Amino acid sequence: MNLDFTPAEETFRDEVRQFIAENYPAEIRGKSRGEFTSKDDFLAWHKALYKKGWIAPSWPKEYGGTGWTSTQKYIFSEECARADTPLVLPFGVAMVGPVIYTFANEEQKKEHLPKILSGEVWWCQGYSEPGSGSDLASLKTRAVREGDYYIVNGQKTWTTLAQYADWIFCLVRTDPNAKQQQGISFLLIDMKTPGVTVKPIITMDGAHEVNEVFLDNVKVPVKNLIGKENEGWTYAKFLLGHERAGIAGVARSKRGVEKLKKIAETEQDGGKPLLDDPEFSRHVAELEVDLLALEFTELRTLAGESKGRGPGPEASILKIKGTDIQQRLTELTLEAVAYYGNPYKPFAHDHMTNEYVPGPEYAAGAAQNYFLTRRTTIYGGSSEIQRNIIAKMVLGL
Amino acid sequence: MDFAFSEEQTLLRNSVQKFVQNNYPFDTRRQIVKSEAGWKRENWKQFAELGLLGAPFTEEQGGLGGGPIETMIIMEEFGRGLVVEPYLGTVVLAGGFLRHGGSKAQQEQLIPEIIEGKRVFAFAFAEPQGRYNLADLQVTAKKAGSGYTLNGHKAVVVGAPWADTLIVTARTSGGQRDAKGVSVFVVDKKAKGVATRDYPTVDGLRASEVTFENVSVGADAMVGQVDDGLKLVEQVTDEGIAALSAEAIGAMKVLNDTTVEYCKTRKQFGVPIGKFQVLQHRMVDMFMNYEQSVSITYMVTLKLGESETERKKAASAAKVQIGKAGRFIGQNAVQLHGGMGMTDELNVGHYFKRLTMIDTMFGNVDHHLKRYASFD
Repeated sequence: MNLDFTPAEETFRDEVRQFIAENYPAEIRGKSRGEFTSKDDFLAWHKALYKKGWIAPSWPKEYGGTGWTSTQKYIFSEECARADTPLVLPFGVAMVGPVIYTFANEEQKKEHLPKILSGEVWWCQGYSEPGSGSDLASLKTRAVREGDYYIVNGQKTWTTLAQYADWIFCLVRTDPNAKQQQGISFLLIDMKTPGVTVKPIITMDGAHEVNEVFLDNVKVPVKNLIGKENEGWTYAKFLLGHERAGIAGVARSKRGVEKLKKIAETEQDGGKPLLDDPEFSRHVAELEVDLLALEFTELRTLAGESKGRGPGPEASILKIKGTDIQQRLTELTLEAVAYYGNPYKPFAHDHMTNEYVPGPEYAAGAAQNYFLTRRTTIYGGSSEIQRNIIAKMVLGL
Repeated sequence: MDFAFSEEQTLLRNSVQKFVQNNYPFDTRRQIVKSEAGWKRENWKQFAELGLLGAPFTEEQGGLGGGPIETMIIMEEFGRGLVVEPYLGTVVLAGGFLRHGGSKAQQEQLIPEIIEGKRVFAFAFAEPQGRYNLADLQVTAKKAGSGYTLNGHKAVVVGAPWADTLIVTARTSGGQRDAKGVSVFVVDKKAKGVATRDYPTVDGLRASEVTFENVSVGADAMVGQVDDGLKLVEQVTDEGIAALSAEAIGAMKVLNDTTVEYCKTRKQFGVPIGKFQVLQHRMVDMFMNYEQSVSITYMVTLKLGESETERKKAASAAKVQIGKAGRFIGQNAVQLHGGMGMTDELNVGHYFKRLTMIDTMFGNVDHHLKRYASFD
C-alpha cells in the first residue's frame, strides 16, 4: 500500500497539463455548459482530445483507447478538472461505445466506433419513459419486426441534449409476452428517420438540456439491433454499471471545493472573509472530509478494477456519495454568495432583451446551479434505487 | 391559551383563498411572471378592494385594524399561490416603517396611499459587501442644508422595478458597521440621481440594483430618529421574517400535499411508490418539518409585540426553523417527484425556488442561529 506516484507518472501528469494548456479551445475557456450556444461549443474539447488520441481512456486499446493504467486515468481526470475543461459528453464515449465494442458485431463496430471517437456522430440515450423511471424494465416502447425492419412506437423522456443528437440508443420491447426484463432489445436509431420528434423540456433552472423523444412508426433496419433480440436488458445493465463508475465526480468536486473556498475568501462578512467565519469554514471542512473519504473509496474501486474486478454493486456508493457531495457543494456556494445568487441568469433560448446579471461573476447563476444539481440524485438510478442495490446485492437483505 | 382564529380572521382567510383560487391558478401565475411587467396591477387593485392593503393599519388610518395574525393569514395564503405582487415590501415592511417610525405627516400622506393601492414600496437595505448585517452600510446620507444627500449602491432590491418609492437605509454617522449612525429614508424612485437596473430573480420575482448619486432629500424624508434607525430596521425586518415564515408554511403545505398525492398515484414496480417505506418515512419527515414550521410561525407571530430581546429571539428561531424545513421539504418534494420534479412545467420546482429565496432573505440559517445564540 502506498500513495506515491512514480517518476513516470509525474512525467505523464506534466504531459497532460501541457496538452491542456496548449489545446483547451480558447472560444469555450471559462464557459460553463449552460453558456454553450452551439453544437460546436460542446464538441470543441472532444475534438481536441480526439486529435491527440485521448478521447476514450477507458476503451480497450484495439478500439481506440489509450492503454493507460488506472493511475494514469486518475491523473488525467484530475488535470482536466483542475483546468475546468468541459466534461466529454458520456452518451457516445462512456455509454453506447462500450456496449458496441462489447456486444455488437464487427460491421456495427466498424460503422459506429470511429464516429463516436471523432465526435462526428452525437448520441443520446433512449432509456427512461414517462411511466418507466426507477422501474426501467417496465418500459413500453414497442418494436415490431416486419421483414428487415423494426417498426418502433413509443416515447422516451429526459433525453439529454437530444436536440443535437444524430443517433439514439434505445431500449425497446420486442416481446410483450415475456417476463419484463426478458422482452427488451437494444436498438440504434438514426434521429433523422421519419417519425422521430424531439420536444424540449425546460428544467426549473431555466435550462434546455433534456427532451422528450417521440417515436411514431419509426422504421429501423434490423441490422441496427445490438446483440440478440430480447437480450437488451443484459446490455442495459452493463451500461448502467459503466454510468455509475464514472459518476462519483471526485476530481470535479475537489475543484469545486477549491472554487468555493476562493469565493468564501472574497466574500465579506462583517469586514472579514467569509471563510474565516467558524460556521462557514466548518461546513466546508465537513464537505472536504466527506470528499476525501470518497476519493479513497474511488481509488480502492479503481485498484480493484485494475486487478480485473468489475466495479460491482459497491459502485453505488460512488453514485450516492458523489452526488450528495455535488449537491452540498452547490448549496454551500449559494450560501456563500448570499443575495447575489438569486438573480436569474438567462439562457440563449430565453431570448431576453435585457441580459443583465448583477453581482460578482462567481455568483451569477448560483441558485440555478443548485436547482439543476438536484437532478443528480434522480438520474442514472436515484439514490433510493442505489441503496436498494447495495441492500440487495452487497448486504444480501 | 387559544390557537383558534376569530370569525373575522376566518373570513379574511376565506377571502384571500378565494382571490388565490380565482386569480392565481398556476398557469395564470406563469403568465404574470413571464409578462413584461412581471406583476399584475389589476391584482393590486383587488387587494385594495378586499382591504388587504389596509390590514395592519388602524381604522383611524383607514385600515382594517389588524395585527400580526392578520398578516400571517394573508401571507400564508399568498404562499400557497406563490403570489408575486409586492405585499411584503409595501404593506408589511414599508407599512411597518411608517407605523412604527413615521412622522404624523408621513403617516397621513403615505398610509392612505398604500391602503388605496396608489403607492408601491420596496425596501432597499442590502449592499454588495454587507451580507446579512443590516448595519454594514456604505450608502451614505450626508447632511446638506436642512436635508440630506444620498450616495451609494443597494443590491438585489426585491420588488424595486414595481415600486414608486423606496425605503432606504443609509449611514448618517459612524463607521461602516456601527450600530449607531444608521438612518432610514423615504426616497422617491423618480428623484434625481436615483438609477435602477432591473432583472428577474430565480423565484419569478423582479429586483433591481439601485444606485444613488447625490440624491437630495428633505429632512422630512427621514423615518424615525437620525442615527438611531437600526432598532427600527430590526423591528420591521423581524416582522418581515414573521410574514415570510407564514408565506413559507403556505408553500410547504402545497409541496407536501402535492408530493403525497403524487406518491399515491405514481406507480413503479407495480405499486404506488408511496407504498415504499423509505418514501413513507421521508414524507413523514416532511410532514413533521411542516408542523414544526407552523408552530414556530405562530410563535413568532404572537411574540412580535414582546420585549426587544424576546422578539429578536423569536424571529431568529423562526428563520432557522423555516430555512431548514424549507430546504428539506423543497429538496425532497423534487426528489420524490423524480424527473418531473425537476421540470419548469410542474409547480413543485417553483415552490422549491421560492422557499430557497425565503431562506436567504434577511439572513439564512447560520446567520440566525448565531443571532439567536448571541442573546444568551
